[in-house]
Amino acid sequence: MADNKFAAYICSGCGIGDAMKVPQLEAIAKKEGKMAIVKSHPFLCNAEGVQTIKDDIANEAVTHVCIAACSRRAKTEAFQFDGVAMSRANLREGVLWVVATGKEHDEVRQEMAADYVRMGCAEVKKMTQPAGNVKESSSKRILVVGGGMSGMTAAMEIAATGYEAVLVEKTGALGGMTAQLWKRQPFKEPYAAAQETGVAEMAAKIAANPKIKLHLNSTIAETSGAPGRFVIQVAQESGTVTEETVGAIVQATGFTTYDMAKLPELGGGQPNVVDQAGLEKLALQANGGAIKRADGKEVKSVVFVQCAGQRDKLKEDGGTHLSYCSGHCCGTSIKQATYFKDQNPDIDTVIVYDDLRVPGMGEDFYRSAQEKGVIFTKGKASKVTGGDSCKVSFKDLILDEENTIAADLVVLATGQVPNAGVDLEAWNPVVTAADGGDAAAKTARDEMKTISILNLNYRQGPDMPQFKHGFADSHFICFPYETRRTGIYAAGPVRRPMDILQATDDATGAALKAIQAVENASVGRAAHPRSGDLSFPTARLEGCTQCKRCTVECPFGAIDEDERRFPKFNEERCRRCGTCMGACPVRVISFENYSVDTVGSQVKAIEIPEEDEEKPRILVLACENDAYPALDMAGLARLNYSAFVRIIPVRCLGSVNTIWITDAMNSGYDGVMMMGCKKGDDYQCHFVKGSELAHYRMSKIGDTLTQLGLEPERVVTQEVAITDNQRVVTLINDYVAELEKLGPSPMKGFG
Amino acid sequence: MTTANQSAVERYRNNFLKEVEANVEEGHMVKMCMQCGVCAGSCPLGNAWEHSPQKIFMMIRAGKRDEVLGSDSMFMCTSCYNCIVRCPRQLPITHIMHGLANYAHRLNLAPKGQPTRDFATLFWNNAIKKGRVNELTLTLGHYFTNGLVSGIKMALSMQSIGLGLFLAKRLNPMEIFGGHGVKDLKGFHAIVAKAKEIEDRKKGFSA
Ligand code: SF4
Ligand code: SF4
Ligand code: SF4
Ligand code: SF4
Repeated sequence: MADNKFAAYICSGCGIGDAMKVPQLEAIAKKEGKMAIVKSHPFLCNAEGVQTIKDDIANEAVTHVCIAACSRRAKTEAFQFDGVAMSRANLREGVLWVVATGKEHDEVRQEMAADYVRMGCAEVKKMTQPAGNVKESSSKRILVVGGGMSGMTAAMEIAATGYEAVLVEKTGALGGMTAQLWKRQPFKEPYAAAQETGVAEMAAKIAANPKIKLHLNSTIAETSGAPGRFVIQVAQESGTVTEETVGAIVQATGFTTYDMAKLPELGGGQPNVVDQAGLEKLALQANGGAIKRADGKEVKSVVFVQCAGQRDKLKEDGGTHLSYCSGHCCGTSIKQATYFKDQNPDIDTVIVYDDLRVPGMGEDFYRSAQEKGVIFTKGKASKVTGGDSCKVSFKDLILDEENTIAADLVVLATGQVPNAGVDLEAWNPVVTAADGGDAAAKTARDEMKTISILNLNYRQGPDMPQFKHGFADSHFICFPYETRRTGIYAAGPVRRPMDILQATDDATGAALKAIQAVENASVGRAAHPRSGDLSFPTARLEGCTQCKRCTVECPFGAIDEDERRFPKFNEERCRRCGTCMGACPVRVISFENYSVDTVGSQVKAIEIPEEDEEKPRILVLACENDAYPALDMAGLARLNYSAFVRIIPVRCLGSVNTIWITDAMNSGYDGVMMMGCKKGDDYQCHFVKGSELAHYRMSKIGDTLTQLGLEPERVVTQEVAITDNQRVVTLINDYVAELEKLGPSPMKGFG
Repeated sequence: MTTANQSAVERYRNNFLKEVEANVEEGHMVKMCMQCGVCAGSCPLGNAWEHSPQKIFMMIRAGKRDEVLGSDSMFMCTSCYNCIVRCPRQLPITHIMHGLANYAHRLNLAPKGQPTRDFATLFWNNAIKKGRVNELTLTLGHYFTNGLVSGIKMALSMQSIGLGLFLAKRLNPMEIFGGHGVKDLKGFHAIVAKAKEIEDRKKGFSA
């Protein structure tokens, strides 16, 4: 490898040169930062400025560049140099725009800028530019599990894009739930009449598509590997097993209808009370003619009861049924009511609803049913009795009175229960017990395993982690379409409740994500949110104590164990959050361009003023996803915060290794503040668990601080959202004031 | 009238919505109401009546014939059109309210002694007599609806206004003796009779 050559470029544009002494910063970069080349430029991001850097890379063999200018989030296109490691010292958003203007602040402003230059130089020296791990053979085929509307759509979209799809369906035919319908809700203008489902055409197209390989009557016996190299054992009902190698997986395993037997008060199980799926069966039998009940009697009056066993209170608040809205059933009842009206307008058709929720163009469909004479009654059904003449008792919510209607048939709009496989939260304790030799746990484990869909051989469990209510979702805002298993995407009602139209959109999204995943995997690129990142974690196994913290804490199940029980990193599953690096007590995990050293050296690079100077120093470790942008935006809005803070962006609070905190305290910082995303059930952490883990780890650091003779308040953790640009300022300023009250750190001068 | 009511009940049995659709002006739009309550919240008189338009429409769909046709609500509508302007489903609410009032009145199910209904009747009878409204007889008729004593009290309390109107030549005391009519009074009466015949036929009162 060629020798490293370090260069620093300081921009004096955007007013930096007016507010700061750039020559002094240059001197620091040269002397303290030990940069071989140091240049300043009045407009570094313009073509000429950028060319200066490019020339040095080409002619002077510069390998490492520190750019002291604007935030690392600005001018990313201008400052992009292939194959060169780069750090950014934030003099504009981080100093110029946030330190109060005026001569009296010149000194602290200059000190802050100087420290950022020191930090930028220190960081870049510890960095290596990741080359990316290009795979020689990486599969670009995509497995689709489930042959319903979502799965068929995903397979067709994948094939239409030119990729190969392997479609696995448990039953003997394609179509899933949609195939069980008489008609579907309209997809097109004027949204006025139910349409043919289109399943047969789709199935025929799939059968004729050379890019789609179809396995009917098949399930997944095992999934191993990682994106780009998943190995799937496809088990046929007959017992034969076929091995398929794929690069990514779309899980479109749909839903099961909520069991009507759980709704005896609404007539579940009684004669002439059916659920929506039951009505579809009757409509299919009628085949366009008069719909007849099971006893053969023609239906002359029908009542639909919406939200049956849905939108209940949460379990913890005493609810028994589904607490969510399945989203499709209002539209489905409207559609089913028109089955009757279209056949015979004289059939009394009443829909008893609490709120009618018709997303998309459903409002037009609703209107069309009203025009056909379907009666909509706003009310809450309390009791249904089946029989020859069914009775629906409900409270009329408009007229505020109890009412009862009689009908030949009652249809309950029950909800969707996702087919998401094994719930890992229940699974993991059982497995731990089973591994410990508990016989009952072993039986329980084997029992649980029977519902697994993917049968992943991951250390973290056989299926995807579930989010709320058992859906295999993750976080729609932080990971649109992403899940917590890289390269595996949930689509359709297994992800969240939805109707057919939404499922087809969802499947298209998941197909595109899967394509992205196989392409990323082939060149060793990360997926969202560090899309494009070529770095990946490696562990110096000589130092590893096999504590397994990394394996357990990785939010994405990227780490397995090898035969010697050392952590085995599956780079393709990794999201590059650094949570493993933060977890490792012996600090053997690192990335080429992000490590205990790249941050640690920055922590140590700054100059700590003497105690009597009364200039405290506070380290802020800010998550790059939300907190750091919020701080940049505070600068953009010219909000002032204390010039005593030194901010280091981190990939995720989960990547914060406690050594940075102890190092900072030992070197005489007066306090450390961590800013990360919201944790807990409504988390906004872009890596799901990072922020939570950081809070947990920090709750344990109190003892260490006390041993050092330090107050525990000297280390705080804050939850910050990207919109908090005002709040971050208050948080910083309040904390600085609090630390000033606490007095200087007793560690000063020992560092 | 009772016969008209009975025959309507028989014809539509318990389907009051169908009855409204067939007999009430714009009644076919009642089924399009989505119960959002915007009309109820928009009506400046909302809390002065028994049922808001939203409730009336819900009651129609629930088959509450007696309650709807006996409600005072439709008579309280001032035709301000607030509800029409705001209804997201574009129901001609004001027109439906008047249509319902008219239907209830004709079936003689509308509330007795309802002041708006009484005044409207007075107005109508006054207007068709001569083809124009005789303000004096109309006003006096209105004052005396509740009996002689209250009529005199009312008339006395309005004395100064009457005097003012007289001085401004807006009121002619001679009108009390019948007043003047339209030029072709006979023709006018023929028009009214024909109109009634058409409406009766349309609304099924042709008996
Ligand atoms: S879609 Fe309609 S019926 Fe289904 S749960 Fe939601 S509100 Fe209830
Ligand atoms: S960087 Fe994050 S995703 Fe990758 S192995 Fe470590 S903890 Fe797992
Ligand atoms: S505003 Fe229109 S849709 Fe809403 S309740 Fe009134 S009539 Fe019905
Ligand atoms: S038009 Fe009649 S019903 Fe409508 S808001 Fe005005 S007063 Fe109320």
